[in-house]
Amino acid sequence: MDLLEYQGKQLFAKHGIAVPSGEVAGTVEAAVAAATKIGYPCAIKAQVLIGGRGKAGGIKIAQNVDEAREHAGAILGMDIVGPHGEGPFRVDQVWVEGGSDIAEEYYASVILDRGEKKLLAMVSAKGGMDIEAVAAEDPDALVKRHIDPSGFDATAARSIVADAGLAEDALDEAAEVLVKLAEVAREEDATLIEVNPLIVTAGREVVALDSKVTIDGNALFRHQDLAEIADTVEDPQEQMAKEKGLTYVKLDGNVGILANGAGLCMSTLDVVAQAGGAPANFLDAGGGSKAEAIVNALEVIKSDAKVSAILFNIFGGITRCDEIANGIVTASQQIDLGMPLVVRLDGTNSEEGLRILAEADLPNLHQEKTMLDAARRVVELAGGAA
Amino acid sequence: MSIIVDEGTKLAVSGLTGREGSFHGLRNKAYGTDLVAGVTPGKGGQDVEGTPVFDTIAEAVSEVGANTSMIFVPARFAAAAIEEAIDSGVETVIAITEGIPVLDMLSTYWKAKEKGVRLIGPNCPGVLSPGKANVGIIPAQFFDPGPIGVVSKSGTLTYQIGNELKQAGTGNSSIVGIGGDPIVGSDFIDILKLYEADPDTELIVMVGEIGGDAEERAAEFIASDISKPVVAYIAGFTAPPGKQMGHAGAIISGSSGTAQAKKDALEAKGVRVGESPTETAAIAAEMLRSL
Repeated sequence: MDLLEYQGKQLFAKHGIAVPSGEVAGTVEAAVAAATKIGYPCAIKAQVLIGGRGKAGGIKIAQNVDEAREHAGAILGMDIVGPHGEGPFRVDQVWVEGGSDIAEEYYASVILDRGEKKLLAMVSAKGGMDIEAVAAEDPDALVKRHIDPSGFDATAARSIVADAGLAEDALDEAAEVLVKLAEVAREEDATLIEVNPLIVTAGREVVALDSKVTIDGNALFRHQDLAEIADTVEDPQEQMAKEKGLTYVKLDGNVGILANGAGLCMSTLDVVAQAGGAPANFLDAGGGSKAEAIVNALEVIKSDAKVSAILFNIFGGITRCDEIANGIVTASQQIDLGMPLVVRLDGTNSEEGLRILAEADLPNLHQEKTMLDAARRVVELAGGAA
Repeated sequence: MSIIVDEGTKLAVSGLTGREGSFHGLRNKAYGTDLVAGVTPGKGGQDVEGTPVFDTIAEAVSEVGANTSMIFVPARFAAAAIEEAIDSGVETVIAITEGIPVLDMLSTYWKAKEKGVRLIGPNCPGVLSPGKANVGIIPAQFFDPGPIGVVSKSGTLTYQIGNELKQAGTGNSSIVGIGGDPIVGSDFIDILKLYEADPDTELIVMVGEIGGDAEERAAEFIASDISKPVVAYIAGFTAPPGKQMGHAGAIISGSSGTAQAKKDALEAKGVRVGESPTETAAIAAEMLRSL
């Protein structure tokens, strides 16, 4: 689960890392009121879960009330696309914060290194720009060091920030920030914490001017405050899926997909794309896949207006295909799909499942024996590529 | 032969008194796995259909000689149960539980390394050695004994591929689900090493997915250390960046962890990568015929 910039900064503040003070606003009026209270100049920053906001026009400095109104009006409601094509993300909130007098811009992060199975601290004197580009062009400018699981103290942190070539008079404070970032990782179950830029102000104070924080969704049971943030999902289909306890990711195609198991579901999206189609979603029905789960899944898939055909790809292991077939029959009695449904059932009790479906003789239901045939069929029925 | 589980496996199931644990533990026993104990704190002295239950895994080791522990404990208690298993004296710990906080797994991972205990999972379907033993939730009916070793991050996708291999008339030495979490006890490399040393494995099928760099690391290792042919499949070419695709570890971060990068890394080392599960099984069956 990713946090918005201001939520990350609140987490930083909780752990004693200096951040600019500010307010979150969802309307132009609220943003102007916040700006006036904070004073000018101030920054008006789009709150979306993606980098590259500045380039996209999502961060502006207001020198006076007229500019605050103009910028807030322009930023609220805009759609921001990420540097790797993520999104678009609609801006529903802005964060208004006091302008900072920047003397130096650095980069600091603590991430989970999956390969090495350790936390990794990274620091660079080249902050304020795309760190992947810095790492590619000037790898020596990014100091990377694993955090000793038995402890990470100011001495260890100081050697990292010193090696990164940060200003001599900021080393102690920057080291302290790095120690606290590692503390945020461990105590808040964050798997990624990035501060870009970490600035030194004209008054030589070290301040986190931005935040990017990812919290481990599996650890939310021990973080009540963060669990509340996780409950707010913006996409209507994703919200509906969450309420129904389904693992769903919205994509932008027209072929609705349900499969059992995360790997098989990803594979199903891939074969649909190979057949020339565009998947509308990822939906893992999970192990159980009883009638109720199927009704829920179909409701979520169908609520996406783009969807014009649906593919069920089930390989029954513990899940029994006869149960799935009964679920499909029950679901078709409860919801009017109004679009073709292609079903591929294989694995445990598949013959019984296929017989149940054949006997039910449901309108607009198409059976295919293999995953590849099912993918081709659903793409054809959906009307080709979206 | 086979790897990790076989006729010598003496299994203790933590969580055997729970619904899932008893269902799968007893299924494993019905398959022929030597289920020697259940473990549930406070329920020592009871039994589950004749299998004795102990309060601790250490007791299962000392009383009935358990050498393999399977963890079926709810996520928030699972890391502690895994650590208990690591300390108990068993050789292998297979953690099925999904949803364990990843930072808990960091310390657990290093503890297992330090003690020399093989940890498989978490968030995995377990290990099956067809005709010998099944520890976990893999439906054994889709797999026959044979010369292909399978190692996979995914459950259902593996059943799909296993079933296609069976239909192609071949089978498996073992099937190892390493799990879909960001931190797992054994990576592709650990399992590839075991298959390389296993005389009954002639060919290896490796099933990866988006997220992390375990497949890229495996590609390097295959080039330097594996003499047996390897066929791979990668899921998630259509996954958008920044979205977790079901498994906690299946996420493209920025531009890293993509399916294409993994496919490229494997192909650069001469590993054939199937376009679909069906093609992957077909390539494996064909390569086996030409060995």
